[in-house]
Amino acid sequence: MASVKKKGLISDLKERLIQHLFEMSGWLALVVLLGIFALLLTTAIPAFKEINLKEFFTSSRWDPTSPEKPEYGILSMVVSTMLVTAGALAIAFPLGLGVAAYLSDVASHKVREIVKPVVELLAAIPSVVVGFIGLTLVGPLIARIFKLSNGLNALNGSLLLAIMALPTVISISEDSLQAVPQAYVEASLALGANRWQTLVRVKIPAAISGIAASFMLGLGRAIGETMTVLMATGNARSFPHGFLDSVRTLSANIAIELGEVPYYTTHYYALFALGLILFVMTFVINLTADLILEKQKRKLQ
Amino acid sequence: MKNQTKNKNLKTLVTGFLKAGLALILVAFSLILPSAAQKKMIQIKGSDTMVNLVQILAEEYMAKKPGTAIAVLGGGSGTGITALINGTCDLANHSREWKTKELDLAYEKGVKPRIFAIAIDALSIVVNEKNPVNTLTMAQVGSIFCGEIKNWKVLGGADQKISLYGRQSNSGTYSFLQEHVLNNKNYSPEVKEMNGNAQIIEAIIQDQAGIGYVGVGYLFDQNGQLRKGIKVLKIKKDEASPEYSPLDKEAVYSARYPISRPLYQSTNGKPSAAVADFIRFELSPEGQAIVEKEGFFRIGKELQAENEKNLK
Repeated sequence: MASVKKKGLISDLKERLIQHLFEMSGWLALVVLLGIFALLLTTAIPAFKEINLKEFFTSSRWDPTSPEKPEYGILSMVVSTMLVTAGALAIAFPLGLGVAAYLSDVASHKVREIVKPVVELLAAIPSVVVGFIGLTLVGPLIARIFKLSNGLNALNGSLLLAIMALPTVISISEDSLQAVPQAYVEASLALGANRWQTLVRVKIPAAISGIAASFMLGLGRAIGETMTVLMATGNARSFPHGFLDSVRTLSANIAIELGEVPYYTTHYYALFALGLILFVMTFVINLTADLILEKQKRKLQ
Repeated sequence: MKNQTKNKNLKTLVTGFLKAGLALILVAFSLILPSAAQKKMIQIKGSDTMVNLVQILAEEYMAKKPGTAIAVLGGGSGTGITALINGTCDLANHSREWKTKELDLAYEKGVKPRIFAIAIDALSIVVNEKNPVNTLTMAQVGSIFCGEIKNWKVLGGADQKISLYGRQSNSGTYSFLQEHVLNNKNYSPEVKEMNGNAQIIEAIIQDQAGIGYVGVGYLFDQNGQLRKGIKVLKIKKDEASPEYSPLDKEAVYSARYPISRPLYQSTNGKPSAAVADFIRFELSPEGQAIVEKEGFFRIGKELQAENEKNLK
C-alpha cells in the first residue's frame, strides 16, 4: 500500500518537473528572441552618433575603412539583397509550385515516396557547398551563356538561393495542397471539371494561403543566407544595375567585416545596424508567413 | 506522514542531483586536467596569407616537440591583432604593420606587443595567361584598382573591361596594397572581394579580363609548380625603372621587386618560454628553409637581429 503511494508521488513530481521544464523552454525561445532584438538595438544606436541617418539610408557608398573618408551608405546593399532574393523567388516559386502540384496530384504514391524525401534532402546541403558549386560550376556557365568574362554576379546568387529555397516552397505548398478536403475535389470532378481545372480553379485557390506562406518562408530563407552569396556574387560594393552585375548583400557584408572590425567603433556599431535591418526584414517576412498559415488553418477547420 | 514522505522524496531527489552533478564535474576535470598539465597550448590566429605557412611550421615543430600543441587559425591580420588585444590568442600573425588605432587600443588594455618578422612576402599581381599584358608600373596597378583605368586596351591588351579581384577589408594584403600601391586612395567599388587568396586564383584562371593580387606562396601548387592558367606580371617602380618579377628571388631579397613586405608575428609582452621556443624554431635555418619551400622568402640579417632583441 505504502509503496504504491510512494510511486504515485514520484511520478506526480516527475510530471510536474517535466511540465515546468517544457514551459520554461517555451518562454526561453521568446526571451532569446527579445534578447537578440534588444542587443542589436542597443548596439546599433551608437552608430548614429557619427553617421547621418539620411546618408545611411540613401547613400550607396559603403567604405568604412577608407583612408580618405569613411562612408556608411547601405542603399546598394539593401537593393542588392532584394535583387538577389527576388531573383531567387522568381525561379524557386513557379518551379516549386509545379513540383508541389505534381507531387500532390499527378505523381503515383511510389514516385512521391521517393521524390519528396529527396527534395527535403536538398535542404540538408551545407550552404558552403552550394556556394562552392556556384563558384566553380554555375559561375563559369553563366559567363559562357551571357558572354561575360566571369559569372560572379546577382544571377549566380539567385540561382543558388533558388535551389536552397526550393525544399521549403515545395514541402509547404505540397502539404497545403494535400490538406485541401477531398470533398472539394470530388465536388469539382462531379461537376464535370477535369483534373487540371480542379487543380487550378479549386485546389490552388483553396490552398492559396499555405502556398503564400511557403513563398514567404522561402523568402525568409533566401534573404538571410550568407555563405552562398558571399562565395557566388563577387561582393563588389557598387550599386547594381541588373542581374549580371556583381553585388554585395547585407548578410555577406556583415560576414566579411565583423571578424576584423575593432570593437566599439562606429564601424562596429554600423555593422550591428545592418544586422538590425536584416533582422527586421526577416522578422516581418516570417511573421506575415505565420499569420497567413494561421488563417489557412482556421479556414480549413 | 504524507508530508514527511514528500519531503524525504524531495531530499533524495535533490541529493541525487547533487551527486550526479558532482560526479559529472569530477569526470570533466579528470579529463581536462591531465591533458592541460601535459601539453602546452599555443593559440595562433590572424593573416590568411600566413596561415598555411605557419600551419606547416607548427606541424614540423610539434613533430619534434610532442609536448606542445599548436592551433593555427586564419581570419585576416586584423582578426589576429584584435584577438591578441582581447587576449584570445598567444601569437598573432599579421601581414601588415600595426595600425596606430590598434596600438592605442592595445596599450589601453595593457597589452604591449612585441613584433617578430618571420618571412618576406612579395605581393604578386596576376592575370589570366591569355592576357597579352606582361608588365605594369606601380602607378598603373594603383590606377587599375582605384577604377581609373577601366579597359585593358589602354594598357596594350584586348578591348575588354578590366574585371577586378581583391581581398576583403580584413586582409593584410588589402591594406598593404592600398597603402603602398594605391597611395591610400579608395579601392574601386567594382572590385569583387573574394574569400581568400585561393579563390582569387580560381577566379583569374576562369576570367580572361581578370586581374588580382595574391601572396607569392599561393602561385604554386602542392608540387611547387607555378599554377596553370595564370600569368604573374612583372612590376616596374616607375616608367624609367627596370622590371622585376616576384618569382625572381634575388630581386625580392634585395628589395628591388617593388611590392614586397615582411610577414610578422606578435606576442603580448615578452613571449612565454613555449612561445619563444616556437619562434626560435621559425627563425632557425630549418624554419627558414620551410619558409622558402612554401614560396616565401627568408628574412635578412637586419630583421633577424631585431627579432633576437625582442625574444629577450
